[in-house]
Amino acid sequence: MSGPVLKIESQLLQRIHAHGVETYPHECCGALLGRDADSGREVTDLLPLANRRNDSPRNRFEVTPEDVQLAEKTARENHVDLIGWYHSHPDAPARPSEFDREHAWPWYSYIIVSVQQRQPRDTTSWRLRDDRAGYDSEQIETVRRSATAD
Amino acid sequence: MPVKVMIPTPLRAYAGKQESVQLQAATVGEALSELTGQFAELRKHLFSDDGRLRSFVNVYVNDEDIRYLQRDKTPVREGDVVSIVPSIAGGA
Repeated sequence: MSGPVLKIESQLLQRIHAHGVETYPHECCGALLGRDADSGREVTDLLPLANRRNDSPRNRFEVTPEDVQLAEKTARENHVDLIGWYHSHPDAPARPSEFDREHAWPWYSYIIVSVQQRQPRDTTSWRLRDDRAGYDSEQIETVRRSATAD
Repeated sequence: MPVKVMIPTPLRAYAGKQESVQLQAATVGEALSELTGQFAELRKHLFSDDGRLRSFVNVYVNDEDIRYLQRDKTPVREGDVVSIVPSIAGGA
């Protein structure tokens, strides 16, 4: 049985990488907006957000409930869903930490990009298991926007 | 009192796929207790093993954060809307 798949345009993935480079050596974070349907889950837009963990931004990030509500409102206004979150791990692997696990909910997609010495490296996506015991890896499928024929 | 509890999208799978649930409760604590009594699978995503609301789980009555009211003893009245909103946190 194949695992979950997250589709995302290469351009959006590049924006996540650029955000991680921009905030390096601090963690970046943002919301994933898109659609979750029986046919699959796809990111259609991003909402970059400020990392509110001013005390330890090199290895922690926080999105406040007010920013979560802003992301939900933005999704509603654009007729899409808030389907997950992204953040960077500066000079650390793109794997969820124990701290990530303790602060996660199932269903959401969690994209992590490893930024090593200001260079984006591995990018992974994860979903928390129902029992909260760990994560399942989610395959990232990069899609290219098809050119509009005028 | 009949109050409405809004279920966030990630947790709807554990609440009969409902966007909201109508409950009888006099306080926020009673509402959450009633909610997790009806939908036991919700409990571990809202509360830690010691029974406390998880640190990243925020609860609002209408638009007011219960941390600035009376926390789980915050009274709810007919027509109030209780919302569950996460903070998103993590890191390397």
